[in-house]
Amino acid sequence: MNAATLTYREAMRQALRQALADDPRVFLMGEDIGRYGGCYAVSKGLLEEFGEERIRDTPLSESAFTGAGIGAALGGMRPIVEIMTVNFSLLALDQILNNAATLRHMSGGQVSVPLVIRMATGAGRQLAAQHSHSLEGWYAHIPGLKVVAPATVTDARHMLAAALADPDPVIVFEHVMLYNAEGPLEAVEAVPLTGAAVRRPGRDLTLITYGGSLPKVLAAAEQLAADGIEAEVIDLRCLRPLDDATLMASVGRTRRAVIVDEGWRSGSLAAEISARIVEQVFYDLDAPPARVCSAEVPVPYPKHLEDAALPQVDGIVAATRGVLGRG
Amino acid sequence: MALPDADTARDLLRHMLRIRAFEDACAELYSATKIRGFLHLYNGEEAIAAGVIPLLDAQDAIVATYREHGHALVRGVDMGAVMAEMFGMQEGCSRGRGGSMHLFDAAARLYGGNAIVAGGLPLAVGLALADAMQQRPQLSACFFGEGAAAEGEFHESLNLAALWRLPVLFVCENNQYAMGTALARSEAETDIHLKARSYGLASAAVDGMDLLAVREAAQTAIDHVRGGHGPYLLECHTFRFRAHSMFDGQLYRDKSEIERWRARDPIDLFEREARNLRLLADDARAALQAEVDAEVAAAVAFAEAGTPEPVDRLMRDVYTDTPA
Repeated sequence: MNAATLTYREAMRQALRQALADDPRVFLMGEDIGRYGGCYAVSKGLLEEFGEERIRDTPLSESAFTGAGIGAALGGMRPIVEIMTVNFSLLALDQILNNAATLRHMSGGQVSVPLVIRMATGAGRQLAAQHSHSLEGWYAHIPGLKVVAPATVTDARHMLAAALADPDPVIVFEHVMLYNAEGPLEAVEAVPLTGAAVRRPGRDLTLITYGGSLPKVLAAAEQLAADGIEAEVIDLRCLRPLDDATLMASVGRTRRAVIVDEGWRSGSLAAEISARIVEQVFYDLDAPPARVCSAEVPVPYPKHLEDAALPQVDGIVAATRGVLGRG
Repeated sequence: MALPDADTARDLLRHMLRIRAFEDACAELYSATKIRGFLHLYNGEEAIAAGVIPLLDAQDAIVATYREHGHALVRGVDMGAVMAEMFGMQEGCSRGRGGSMHLFDAAARLYGGNAIVAGGLPLAVGLALADAMQQRPQLSACFFGEGAAAEGEFHESLNLAALWRLPVLFVCENNQYAMGTALARSEAETDIHLKARSYGLASAAVDGMDLLAVREAAQTAIDHVRGGHGPYLLECHTFRFRAHSMFDGQLYRDKSEIERWRARDPIDLFEREARNLRLLADDARAALQAEVDAEVAAAVAFAEAGTPEPVDRLMRDVYTDTPA
């Protein structure tokens, strides 16, 4: 069956449109999502289609409108809050951590917060050190949240519905370099919210990644295949909870792992995954797990320095060869 | 608004006496190490919860702060469940998971006990947004201290509520000190209700020690909000008679200031006024006090008999589908 091809942005917009059409409790709230059409044009056209009541432009008040999303979720709505970039979400971190992630527990299970927060993340557009970071790992640290990072057009199209169906707060990270990416929309009705996916099968080692790094990792796997190295590529999809079963089944079989994560290395999601591999399949390993992360520098503006700061295909290939002892 | 009738006057006095007796018992139980953590008592501020909350409808939402025992009690949360929460027992109103600062009762639409200063304001805005979008007639009442006015969330929330004309009743319990910092040491403009005006909210200030004045001002505010005229901020000038929490030498305020405010104890003021108005019999307070003391004793006994949650249930309620 031939799959339709569309952009990640269009897939996400279709997901929003369907969510709004299917459930009157769903509404969008965020900066410049309506009249402007969305900072990354994801919500373009939705104001005209659904009206100001459900496509709500907000003031530049990340904390208030994120908190209002939490309150509206408590009040029976299914809000989708858009935060322009993960860097701006730090202004709402009080609400996300101290309320969204905590209210269920703190109330002894009396309330749930069925809130979806979407935000752009990642570097690659020369937006410098206040618009380019990958802080998913911080959010994945927080009990009470679920954190997802759709990396494919199909996941972009369907993960939102899964997030909205979840009774707890879900943060959806959309990498800025994916919005223009085109890909096939598989003919599926739904995708699960959690669970990793094997994007390319292989026997020689496991490449583990998520979000905006997936295309780079797939390109690296392609290069490696030309040299006769068959890398298995796992897309985490969901960063909290992590799908240990899929990861360990793969690494236990290939005996080698490289984790590619656009976050900074220290205290990163890659560090967590590396630790889990060592804890769970240490005796199956033929080499220590390796990590390809961003350089520990605020993301610089010049293109060549930005490129140098981020995981790139060459670095992934080199790390893979190193783990295989073929550097 | 008309004066309360005799029955209502009795109820109002009972509310304040219940809070006072409950708080005094908590202080003793803290010294006895039955209650731990932070403990913020409401002594002196009773006229605000007692003045505002009985005027709300059952379907209205309440968001409060870490000094919220009184709000829970006036709202009708069972005193035994509140005390059991102090004890960290699973019979507590938040199953013991929250403690003093996080009292919840979904049935009473009490959405906490928020212990981040100003952190509850966005929640109240969102609860009101949900009501407005679902065409429900209720409002959301949000209690917070004057210290919140220094936080960005206060300003963001007032603006958003006013911009969207949401049914939020903001009640500022201005007890003059944000922990140990006097209002004039942290704000150039010390009239909190004037700040609200700049965001387009209707607002007023009232003597928070005078229950009938609070009640009247609250009714005006509630009528405004229910009338679809947008949010309202009511600033109540009050004073906490006890320390901020339990570790506080109160070095930041003079004894004379405390005595001056204590001379205007809201319970005494109301009792005197209600008796003058012949709404209360001369012996009414003593009779109510006996009732309240018995209720507190029963609440303490209930909490003492509470059961700690088994440790193997530690991980429950992190997520909604976590098995019990």
